[in-house]
Amino acid sequence: MRTREEELKGLGADFTFGFIQVMDGEKDPRNLLVAFRIVHDLISRDYSLGPFVEELFEVTSCYFPIDFTPPPNDPHGIQREDLILSLRAVLASTPRFAEFLLPLLTEKVDSEILSAKLDSLQTLNACCAVYGQKELKDFLPSLWASIRREVFQTASERVEAEGLAALNSLTACLSRSVLRADAEDLLDSFLSNILQDCRHHLCEPDMKLVWPSAKLLQAAAGASARACDHITSNVLPLLLEQFHTHSQSNQRRTILEMILGFLKLQQKWSYEDKDDRPLSGFKDQLCSLVFMALTDPSTQLQLVGIRTLTVLGAQPDLLSSGDLELAVGHLYRLSFLEEDSQSWVAALEASGTLATLYPVAFSSHLVPKLAEELGIEESYLARGDGPTKCSRHRRCLQALSAISTHASIVKETLPLLLQHLCQMNKGNTVAGTSEVIAVCQSLQQVAEKCQQDPESCWYFHQTAIPCLLALAVQASMPEKEHSVLKKVLLQDEVLAAMVSVIGTATTHLSPDLAAQSVAHIVPLFLDGNISFLPENSFPGRFQPFQDGSSGQRRLVALLMAFVCSLPRNVEIPQLNQLMRELLELSCCHSCPFSSTAAAKCFAGLLNKHPAGQQLDEFLQLAVDKVEAGLSSGPYRSQAFTLLLWVTKALVLRYHPLSSCLTDRLMGLLSDPELGPAAADGFSLLMSDCTDVLTRAGHAEVRIMFRQRFFTDNVPALVRGFHAAPRDVKPNYLKGLSHVLNRLPKPVLLPELPTLLSLLLEALSCPDSVVQLSTLSCLQPLLLEAPQVMSLHVDTLVTKFLNLSSSPSMAVRIAALQCMHAVTHLPTPVLLPYKLQVIRALAKPLDDKKRLVRKEAVSARGEWFLLGSPGS
Amino acid sequence: MVGGGGMGGGLLENANPLIYERSGERPVTAGEEDEQVPDSIDAREIFDLIRSINDPEHPLTLEELNVVEQVRVQVSDPESTVAVAFTPTIPHCSMATLIGLSIKVKLLRSLPQRFKLDVHITPGTHASEHAVNKQLADKERVAAALENTHLLEVVNQCLSARS
Repeated sequence: MRTREEELKGLGADFTFGFIQVMDGEKDPRNLLVAFRIVHDLISRDYSLGPFVEELFEVTSCYFPIDFTPPPNDPHGIQREDLILSLRAVLASTPRFAEFLLPLLTEKVDSEILSAKLDSLQTLNACCAVYGQKELKDFLPSLWASIRREVFQTASERVEAEGLAALNSLTACLSRSVLRADAEDLLDSFLSNILQDCRHHLCEPDMKLVWPSAKLLQAAAGASARACDHITSNVLPLLLEQFHTHSQSNQRRTILEMILGFLKLQQKWSYEDKDDRPLSGFKDQLCSLVFMALTDPSTQLQLVGIRTLTVLGAQPDLLSSGDLELAVGHLYRLSFLEEDSQSWVAALEASGTLATLYPVAFSSHLVPKLAEELGIEESYLARGDGPTKCSRHRRCLQALSAISTHASIVKETLPLLLQHLCQMNKGNTVAGTSEVIAVCQSLQQVAEKCQQDPESCWYFHQTAIPCLLALAVQASMPEKEHSVLKKVLLQDEVLAAMVSVIGTATTHLSPDLAAQSVAHIVPLFLDGNISFLPENSFPGRFQPFQDGSSGQRRLVALLMAFVCSLPRNVEIPQLNQLMRELLELSCCHSCPFSSTAAAKCFAGLLNKHPAGQQLDEFLQLAVDKVEAGLSSGPYRSQAFTLLLWVTKALVLRYHPLSSCLTDRLMGLLSDPELGPAAADGFSLLMSDCTDVLTRAGHAEVRIMFRQRFFTDNVPALVRGFHAAPRDVKPNYLKGLSHVLNRLPKPVLLPELPTLLSLLLEALSCPDSVVQLSTLSCLQPLLLEAPQVMSLHVDTLVTKFLNLSSSPSMAVRIAALQCMHAVTHLPTPVLLPYKLQVIRALAKPLDDKKRLVRKEAVSARGEWFLLGSPGS
Repeated sequence: MVGGGGMGGGLLENANPLIYERSGERPVTAGEEDEQVPDSIDAREIFDLIRSINDPEHPLTLEELNVVEQVRVQVSDPESTVAVAFTPTIPHCSMATLIGLSIKVKLLRSLPQRFKLDVHITPGTHASEHAVNKQLADKERVAAALENTHLLEVVNQCLSARS
């Protein structure tokens, strides 16, 4: 057929008939696949079928629905799904089969077998792509009856989904057909049938059939603009009326949720003419209904109201400015509801979405209210009032950041937040650490929202960063009266919060603008050049690298946040000096916070530096520093931290020196003093940082670095474990479990047979961190590699049961989760243990902790079902 | 013990029942996360055990059909007693014994052995209330029912996590 199409077609319908005779009675799935393809070609390439259309249909449709299970060890690899799809391609390839196929499909949808139902509905769905009104006309009532029955009665979500999809395609097909002028439009009568059968169920919001009915109507309405219009104009007035007829909150919620579904469908169709939009006539009713929902005491109804408001807002030109003002007022009120209501979260989210569409409404009606609120909070904070006020303060900050979704709003909210932060640190206000952190978090969220728009991004950067640096520098100045409140800014947590603001505000800068900024900030730290800070009359000099004040050294963290987030191609002035100063500070005997910040900053820069002589020099300096520090003396732990971060920087970029440094780190596992820290260091090496060495911050992070680290180092770790003296063995296990834990499971599976014995040994390790990490490593393996794991079922069951009475609650929970996961192993392997396990699991059912009992219940329940009928 | 009619795709006894809202997951409190503080077994915990049991007829849970409610659970941890009253959807529901049996089995599997269980029909809500209660209270009859493969299969289906 591929090469002699002309000649074969010349044979006319005889060829088709001959083929039908050959194909008749075929059973081998390999031949069937070929035969189905030939039939498909006969039809699609327009071979003459002559009078044999029905015969051709019979000879293929007798295989429908496909019921084929490939034999085990089938060498041909033909799956049931292959046959289903190729037969479906044939059956749905031509409208000429319609009169034979549609009755067959109706019959099979009505069958008892789930797979037959699914296949029939999917095939019907496929047919609708080529059929028209003519083919469907006579079968619509029976098709609708079958689909309706399936959706109303089924227990299977898949049948329901396929039924709805088929109804959607049917309606789309009817909507699309071009009609002769005199023909009756079947779409209208079909939709009227659906409405007639479903409408009345919508009036019973407590009953089971309400949702299936709504889903059917929505599936039909989702097919075309015409269908949507027809159904919405019928259903919406009914639902609006029903909302008022029913007074209970949960009934109203169901009704509003249905309305929401219909409104969402509107978004699929764009109406060019404003007056054509079917919703405009219902706008006022819908708004008043939504506002009723928003003022209802039921949280659930509020939540649906908020979602409906968002959808209404997304309709172009629907809401008037008066509606918006009311809406903003409601959102403001909801944003300050109590903590346990979920409405405030939803209200903030909706505010963010709507603010992008209606920035003016939010600027004029919400920002002033929030500014006023913030002023009141400042005065409360000044008086040192209790926690209730604090939560209002938080909410206000969250609202400000939530609505900063539009450039024009950011220009109002950012100055407000910064001014607030300055106020909190001025003279008489006593701000708690957590309040300052809350402002920083809010700033960080605003920064995140600005990232995508270059202009807002630069606006945020050049407004916020000098202000934050000025505040921090001010706080680090030596003062006569050591005011407590200024020191708040220098605390670890507050600085960490500022670090994330600065990082977020820097990563998306264009290289040009970033270069402008770096020319100010590096000299600030190296030379104390404060000229670009907004308020720069300080009582002393700022020399974080030279002077002895520990407060100033802590601010190196802020430098780190900035330089480690810059795009890679931005040149850093005075780099050589900067790197040396950082190295010096990293091993200096000051507070761990500043030496770690210096080490991280050094590592961050190292990771991005292009290979070459300068990089090698930096590395040599670092290695010398580390070795000098590790050899002896008071700086061992600082030198270790530096080693760890430098190693991480190099591992991430596959630098050749990384293996050498990793070996050094591994050597420290048996160090009596640093061993445990070295073990935990493996966790840092394998995990993702949030502040430096991140992909978002343009660090060089190779995608496969974990796999590579695993292949390069795990054999050595295992050897080290076997060779190590008893007392340091746990360090090796801990290091290993950190590596395994972070590894993608597909990489781990092939390595499992060699490592499993070690992991099982790790389960007996008394360290609860090792236990926990090993359990969380084994749990997914039980689900994904049941065959390998079932070889060790005896050990696994025994050890998990032992750990289920561990003193640590987290270990007990993890062990019971593993006991649950064990049930995924092949049942015959488990049955010998069933009684013993069920008996043993009775004990954790009486655990003193509820969370443990919960896991015990679900594990024990599953064990009961093993090998039992009906499971 | 139970008339198995109505199963197997025939007509449902009650095709369009009232549906009730599911309660959310129990929020985890700080006390529950504290290793030292013991959490006693309370009514909500018992209710959480039984609320997700599947109805034998509908693709719905006993909670959604309001067959079980938290207010109808009485529990005393120190005295090791649990009493659960359940309400069949209609007074002639032929599934009542089966539902009661499912609740009983679920509690037997999930509670420490020290507990004494009492599962019964909410007074006045079923035509043959006493007969059903008597069957559910009789240990030997419950054990015998679970020896019956067909019954055990249906009970297990009610107790399986929904796929």
